[in-house]
Amino acid sequence: MEFFLFIVRRTFRLILTILIISTIIFFVIRVIPGDPALVIAGIDASEEDIQAIRARLGTDIPVIEQYGTWLLDIVRFDFGESMISGASVNKLIMERFPLTLSLAVLGIILGIIIAIPLGVLSAVHRWSFWDYFGMVYSQMGMAIPSFWLGMILLLAFAVKIPIFPLFGSDSLKNLVLPALALGFARAAVILRLTRASMVEELSKEYIITARAKGLTDKMIRYKHALRNAMIAVVTVTGIQFGYMLGGAIIVEQVFSLPGLGRLFLYAIYQRDFPLIQGGVVFIAVIFSLVNFGVDILYSFLNPKIRIS
Amino acid sequence: MAETNTLEIKDLDISFIQGEKEANALRGISLKLKSKEVHSLVGESGSGKTVTSTCVMGLLPEQIARINRGEIFLGDRNILSLDEKEQREIRGKEIAMVFQEPARYLNPTMKVGEQITEMLRLHLGMDKHQAVERALEILSLVGLDGGKRILNSYPHELSGGMKQRIMIAIAISCDPAFLIADEPTTALDVTLQLQILNLILSLKNSLDMGILFISHDLRVVKDISDWVSVIYAGRIVESASKSELFSNPRHPYSRMLFDSIPDAAKRGKRLKAIPGKVPDAENIPEGCAFHTRCPLAEDICRTVQPETRDVPAVGGDESHTAACHLMEKQWKN
Repeated sequence: MEFFLFIVRRTFRLILTILIISTIIFFVIRVIPGDPALVIAGIDASEEDIQAIRARLGTDIPVIEQYGTWLLDIVRFDFGESMISGASVNKLIMERFPLTLSLAVLGIILGIIIAIPLGVLSAVHRWSFWDYFGMVYSQMGMAIPSFWLGMILLLAFAVKIPIFPLFGSDSLKNLVLPALALGFARAAVILRLTRASMVEELSKEYIITARAKGLTDKMIRYKHALRNAMIAVVTVTGIQFGYMLGGAIIVEQVFSLPGLGRLFLYAIYQRDFPLIQGGVVFIAVIFSLVNFGVDILYSFLNPKIRIS
Repeated sequence: MAETNTLEIKDLDISFIQGEKEANALRGISLKLKSKEVHSLVGESGSGKTVTSTCVMGLLPEQIARINRGEIFLGDRNILSLDEKEQREIRGKEIAMVFQEPARYLNPTMKVGEQITEMLRLHLGMDKHQAVERALEILSLVGLDGGKRILNSYPHELSGGMKQRIMIAIAISCDPAFLIADEPTTALDVTLQLQILNLILSLKNSLDMGILFISHDLRVVKDISDWVSVIYAGRIVESASKSELFSNPRHPYSRMLFDSIPDAAKRGKRLKAIPGKVPDAENIPEGCAFHTRCPLAEDICRTVQPETRDVPAVGGDESHTAACHLMEKQWKN
């Protein structure tokens, strides 16, 4: 019952979020300079042609009316057609989403595999080799731009030592390098947080109790401290994952992957209003769903926050 | 199993080192704890009570604590000379500890049942089923009758008194020979304090434990102790049986402590607080550490550190020791 109420409340919040976000994006893209009709018609088009295109796109009617139509369409999960290609926005997004999802999942898994063990090791053996290694890593992870890392990875592991393919997006092998380029920076953030929360947990009083019980260091660290430390780490990792699901424009560009990031980037270039709007709402929904998942996981880890 | 009916601290001297600074937290303290006996260690905050218990448990922070000298004998084994693994086998199994604030000393994300059973499984090699059965017995020993429901609770779902009972349950789960109780009732409501004290006393009798009771609350100490040692600035200044010490205190610090106890007979009068505070362990005064607050202090007190000497006990042949140059002098208000 409590869980049911939780779902209802979250759904309500999701609807509210989508309403606010879609309103903002609707007006923002119309305020910034640029007219899709001009993009489609080209530089030499006559005024009549442009008017005709506006009529076809539906951008000639008053903005408020356009807004009303847009809201009614959202309720039916219909985001219209791309102004440029004419394909349905839903179809365009769904074509690209699997690639972005695989990239994000792989990226976050790589990030977690790098970050959590290294973070725990750094916290447990402070000022040791591993700790310094972790510090250097997290500095680099945050400082190195992912497009540069992506290019270096391509040069190293697709050109010099051709383990991975240079182009393509149809197999898991194609995704390893881009996921690494993405996960590298994410891992830096997760690593720092893992270290910090682990250090904090290890200094708490219940650790003294655990030691007074005669438990081994291993039990104290992994059974007692780690679980508590994971509460904060899970939240941040979830948010990182949410960001990655919105598409990784730069990494997709470097690896020429047809993901959501590139789709939305071109939509903005071309002032493809329906596609931009649909894309933003899609990201908002995905983000909310990820947060929802994180909250469930969080309440599972932290018994004090039972879902309510 | 080796004999474990005494726990004896001999001339324990500990410093904490931080950079250039050295804090001499314990300056050669000795005390002896027998089984079935409650030995109270009394003193103000900062006097070295918790350092003592932490050292006995082997829980001193390794990076900054230095044991200058001394021994801690559990039976005939000096536990300070044991290696880490051997010490771990003593912790929790032969010497257990109860802490001041149960809410902070229990793991918030682990069911209390598991916090009890993990010890049984580790020290006594029980399987999960046996450990749960034993945990249920222990729960009723500490006066918690909720059985499996309690075992399946998280600490935040229990009240303060219940949490402290769980702490005690954890401590007694492996039937230890000695229990160190570090201010176990300080964080509790007055009504609960008495319940918890009675519980500790009844467990002492039924389990034949020796208890090192650390407290600054003299009224509590007066209620439950067999033996009392008064600690000041890292030294035991006076030690005697409870009745002897309370009726015939020889060290001015003990006398002033007792005078500061609120008492129904002294109603309406101003409470006598001891002026000043315990000296910082980084700069302990020359001579007797108490001379800065002592109304009787003479020249010798400012230069020579008093030896611990026997006091002729009023009650006969019991041993009573104190460390004061002037303890033969008459005490005047």
